[in-house]
Amino acid sequence: MRWLSKIFEFVGKVGLFSLRVVVDGFRSPFEFSQLGRQLVEVGNKSLALIIVSGFALGAVMTLHTRNTLVMFGAAAMIPAVQAVSFFVEIGPLVAGLLLAGRVGSGIGAVLANMRASEQIDAIESLSIDSFKFLVVPRVLACVIALPFLTLFMDFAGLLGGFLSEELSSHIAPTLYINRAFDYLQWSNFIAPTLKTAVFGFIIGSVSSYFGYTTEKGAQGVGEAATNSVVLSSLLIIVADVLLIKCIFFLFPDTAI
Amino acid sequence: MSETQTIAVEFKRVMKSFGTKRVLNDVSFHVDQGQALCLLGRSGTGKSVTLKLIMALMRPDSGEVCVDQDNVVGMDEKHLSLVRKKLGYLFQDAALFDSLTLYENLALPLSRLTRKSKAEIDDVVHRVLTDVGLGTDGAKFPSALSGGMRKRAGLARALVLEPKILLADEPSSGLDRITASEIDELLMRQRAERGTALIIVTHDVRGARRVADRVGVLDKGNLVAFGPVDEVSQSENEVARKLITE
Repeated sequence: MRWLSKIFEFVGKVGLFSLRVVVDGFRSPFEFSQLGRQLVEVGNKSLALIIVSGFALGAVMTLHTRNTLVMFGAAAMIPAVQAVSFFVEIGPLVAGLLLAGRVGSGIGAVLANMRASEQIDAIESLSIDSFKFLVVPRVLACVIALPFLTLFMDFAGLLGGFLSEELSSHIAPTLYINRAFDYLQWSNFIAPTLKTAVFGFIIGSVSSYFGYTTEKGAQGVGEAATNSVVLSSLLIIVADVLLIKCIFFLFPDTAI
Repeated sequence: MSETQTIAVEFKRVMKSFGTKRVLNDVSFHVDQGQALCLLGRSGTGKSVTLKLIMALMRPDSGEVCVDQDNVVGMDEKHLSLVRKKLGYLFQDAALFDSLTLYENLALPLSRLTRKSKAEIDDVVHRVLTDVGLGTDGAKFPSALSGGMRKRAGLARALVLEPKILLADEPSSGLDRITASEIDELLMRQRAERGTALIIVTHDVRGARRVADRVGVLDKGNLVAFGPVDEVSQSENEVARKLITE
């Protein structure tokens, strides 16, 4: 039973930490310059990874689905399948998982290193609230950047799919786009994209928690990075299931 | 001015433990404004913890830690912020912010805690960096600085708000004797020019002899000797005597 109480204790700590992020996010002073720095770190620096991954994933998905759809005489559905699967699920989930790997480990390691090298104590000694200065902007940056990164992933996936299809069937770009968006409704696009803000909150909060609260010096840096990626990824997948249920409840017509 | 009005930092029966290990045991002392105290002792005897208690980065298990007459134990963040403005802290490894340039490291507290304009901040940062011999290095990141330069940069950041009390955690550790002497000179100059109270944790007995009015020796969590250097060198406590006369 001790392990169970430890799990509850851990969940409670992470929960309180995340709640503090929300509360401090609405309290002045607002760290706009730090938020700007973190948006560059989280958003701009992840863009290449997101676009290349989306493009490759889009191309591969078309290669896999093409044969099956052609077999059933539904080759015309390839763009629609590509668009719906990317906008509804693949884009948000893969963008979230990629960001958990790239940004989550970075946040965990940087904050843990700052703790180990007394930089967080130094911030406190300068009468600056280290939590508001370091944690809140990082979480907010993840919340803001991930929906935009998801859009880049969606469209990169669509582009990869189009090029793959164009090589096979020489489909015209306008026809591909028309077919792709024929079956897509706004609710297929907006709700799944916005749910990635929750993924961003998970990545930012969990990674910051491991980094900010580490007490193991240099060893803690590696542990914080690893734990950030593992728990963020796990929670994103679990949250995805719950959020999809919520989306189906709020927008029943999206349950294809 | 009465004696109590000049007290910069005072410990009253302070206890601090980590798990079962007691690092400070009923420690009491005070440092007057304008005085320099060096805390000596073997590693792990609670010297750095003492500084962190003064800065309220840790809380004692019991006792009072007063900074400029205010007990910081249990103080709320708002008041603590006011007290911390009176304190400067030179960390053992300088603890400069990696992601900021040297200039930004110094400008950060000025922009956050004062109403100075950009031009005034530029002036102050340039003056303080010049004082510590880093006037031309403001654009460098901490990773581009040598150990001695980092210490001086850490000192510059600690001094940029012109604190009444300066805490220095092993300011000469890892430095050659010449650079260590330069750091000592900077500390002494700060005290002479601004009347800053200094509390320095050090293993450098030679430096302590030069800088300190009084030394305190911590051993196994107890303050086993406290007073002028010559007095402590005659102490009945063997650890204190050995440390000072080594």
